[in-house]
Amino acid sequence: MISRRLPPWAVNAVLVPLASVLCGFVVAGVVIAVTGSDPFQALTALFQGAFTNHEAFAETLVASIPYIFLGLGLALGFKAGLFNIGAEGQFYIGGLAGVFVAYSIHGLPGLIEIPLAILAGMLGGFVWSGLAGALKARFGAHEVITTIMLNYTAFLLANYLIDGGLMLAKNVSTPRTPEIDANAQLPIIIPGTRLHFGLILAVLAVPVVWFLIERTTIGFQLRSVGFNPTAARANGMSVGRTLVLSMGISGALAGTAGIVQILGLSHHMTDTVAAGYGFDAIAVALLARSNPWGVLPAAFLFGALRNGASFMQLETQVSADLVSIVQAMVIIFVAAPIIVRWLLRLRAQPVQELQLAERDEATVV
Amino acid sequence: MDLVVDWGRVHALLGENGAGKSTLMNVVYGMVTSDAGEIEFDGRLVHITGPQDAIKLGIGMVHQHFMLIPRLSVVENIMLGHEIVRGAGVIDMDKAAGIIGNLSARYGLQVDPRARVGDLTVGLQQRVEIVKALYRGARVLILDEPTAALTPQETEGLFDVVRGLVREGAAVIFITHKLGEVMAVADQITVMRRGKVVGTAVPKDTTPAELAQMMVGRPVLLRVAKGPAHPTKTVLELDKLVVQDDRRHTVVDGVSLTVRSGEIVGIAGVEGNGQNEMVEAMMGLRPARAGRVMLSGRDITRRPTRWRLRSGLSEVPADRHRMGLILEFPIYDNLVLSDYDERPYANGLVRRLGVLREHARKLMKAFDIRAQAPEQPVGSLSGGNQQKVVLARELGTRPQLLIASQPTRGLDVGSIEFVHSRLVTQRDEGLAVLLVSSELDEVLSLADRVAVIYRGKIVAELEGEAIDRERIGLLMAGAA
Repeated sequence: MISRRLPPWAVNAVLVPLASVLCGFVVAGVVIAVTGSDPFQALTALFQGAFTNHEAFAETLVASIPYIFLGLGLALGFKAGLFNIGAEGQFYIGGLAGVFVAYSIHGLPGLIEIPLAILAGMLGGFVWSGLAGALKARFGAHEVITTIMLNYTAFLLANYLIDGGLMLAKNVSTPRTPEIDANAQLPIIIPGTRLHFGLILAVLAVPVVWFLIERTTIGFQLRSVGFNPTAARANGMSVGRTLVLSMGISGALAGTAGIVQILGLSHHMTDTVAAGYGFDAIAVALLARSNPWGVLPAAFLFGALRNGASFMQLETQVSADLVSIVQAMVIIFVAAPIIVRWLLRLRAQPVQELQLAERDEATVV
Repeated sequence: MDLVVDWGRVHALLGENGAGKSTLMNVVYGMVTSDAGEIEFDGRLVHITGPQDAIKLGIGMVHQHFMLIPRLSVVENIMLGHEIVRGAGVIDMDKAAGIIGNLSARYGLQVDPRARVGDLTVGLQQRVEIVKALYRGARVLILDEPTAALTPQETEGLFDVVRGLVREGAAVIFITHKLGEVMAVADQITVMRRGKVVGTAVPKDTTPAELAQMMVGRPVLLRVAKGPAHPTKTVLELDKLVVQDDRRHTVVDGVSLTVRSGEIVGIAGVEGNGQNEMVEAMMGLRPARAGRVMLSGRDITRRPTRWRLRSGLSEVPADRHRMGLILEFPIYDNLVLSDYDERPYANGLVRRLGVLREHARKLMKAFDIRAQAPEQPVGSLSGGNQQKVVLARELGTRPQLLIASQPTRGLDVGSIEFVHSRLVTQRDEGLAVLLVSSELDEVLSLADRVAVIYRGKIVAELEGEAIDRERIGLLMAGAA
């Protein structure tokens, strides 16, 4: 087997995720066949919709941009042992805070307006998720629960501010905020497409987040608390402060996704702007195994799936929702690496066998 | 490897941690399957695929960590999975209690069948485990490190029980790494090292030193070489310290204690008598309800952990995996867990990996940490080397006081020697050491003064000639 000749990190970081994605497609193909369509035709259409012409490829990249920011944010949370389900809500709050700045200021150069708007978006995301971090640090409230609750709060807040009128544009048919200042728009980097400068920002964010996690004292604290909060505390680290900070940074990245989407694409905000990106991004971060570099290909894959799905529906009448099945299967196979390892005929680590043995003992005796 | 156990004998399986004793016995008990080889029982070849098979054959095992439900009574625990029922699924408690009472009496086990397991002492809980095995028809009893949590008196009691069992014709396999126990109770001894049998012996024809050499593979010092202490100024002072546990029970009840520079003060006590909470309060990990903690004359009772660590307090925690180390991190990261953001290890926010590696290389050499490289994850090191990492970090900051909790738990003889001699050299260089250990032998060989803790109170402080094994054993059990 090839797997025998690869170093263990390559197996874990490359081979197993790739195989998981493949398994996801196979299961989706079976589902298509069961529903009476031709899986090869459908998946070919999905592929065409995502890649074949220059416009389709640009759209795939456009769809990858929010996934990169969100995936980085969630991966950073995972490193701190935090399961942030609230990226969708943080995306909204980042969008709201950023768009407010972007349509309120006028006449400044883009080099000032864009950073200001992005900073506002980051701050919004930071505060929103930092709240969940603080609730965990102070009261032990689990972040999965609090971030889900904060999601609803964020949706309703966006709804209230936009539809309710405080941030509503005048004379529009569907509720949305006013257009942002022309100077605050992110420039298009390939003329004739919608591909905007956000891609470059997103790609640049990867090494920055990697450096933050792996090379700074903040990252060290964050990983220490993630792996072993008891030892972190016993060695004098403030676990609570680290939780708030990690959660905050995670949310700041999600907020960046929100505002970059607005500055680069829609140029205003509606209350449906996030459209599930924040939830898909959980899978992106899982597929990347919480590694910032891994977020890049994972985000690209999810961008391609999202972009190819509508073309597939148009061509073959297979529902675009089928893509959700692929995504779901990818998550299942990533989350259950034992299945994939078994498919690849890789031996599970002996440690796991031992743990199984111990569990048996507990049930039998 | 080969091992033959006879009926009516106590067979000791002696070896260091990681020698493969427990794994071997788990194979016999059916919890781990063997890769090759066979097991013969009563002259027949048997295949044991799970504990149920072993129980059917009459093999019982008492694990190091008991498998009891504290909220249930002794009878309920023993019957669990093998209930005696009367009619339509009603448990016949009286009949079961009767059987258990008879079993206990026959082997001199003295267990009250109606008592709640949670209310029993560790020694009695262990007897419940033994009765449970007998109740299920065990004729071969495997005891895995049975004395780890017992007082010397309880250990003596256990030995009596074991002798009674073999007198009745049972076979007992006694897994241990303690030489004294082997000499006291075993009829036959098998010594294991690194998964292999390295020798067999009979107690009357061997000596502890000989056994230790077999176990380790080289001659070992059984006693710590140490001169008299020359204590100087007071470093740590506990003043009527009161601490509560997580359930808000007072578990440290007005402890006053001083440790001076240049001496080792040992806290002797059976585990669970407040030692852990006392140490946590000293480290700032648990609030003090009343009283004071003073470090070199300064009141630090309300200071955060980080502040204490940077003012000369250091700790080798009892549970190094949970509190001392981050197993996934490389050695160099674990060596700076508390100083990671200080110069020279970081420049502002940016960590200096070159400096960290260099620092690690230096300490690895000074503390004889055996690893391939500073990048190796601590989790892949042996227990002894892991403890050396903790020790290197804690002593590397030149502290005034070291709190060493169970500093040699689970270590091999070589590492124990190393840790002990380090503690003594540091003492001679003026470090104040507070040694908290449930291994009485460790306290006796290292401490210059011994304080015995029982139910959260220091019941006696002994020094010099007054340090007497028998007496401390009684004090630890609350009987003096």
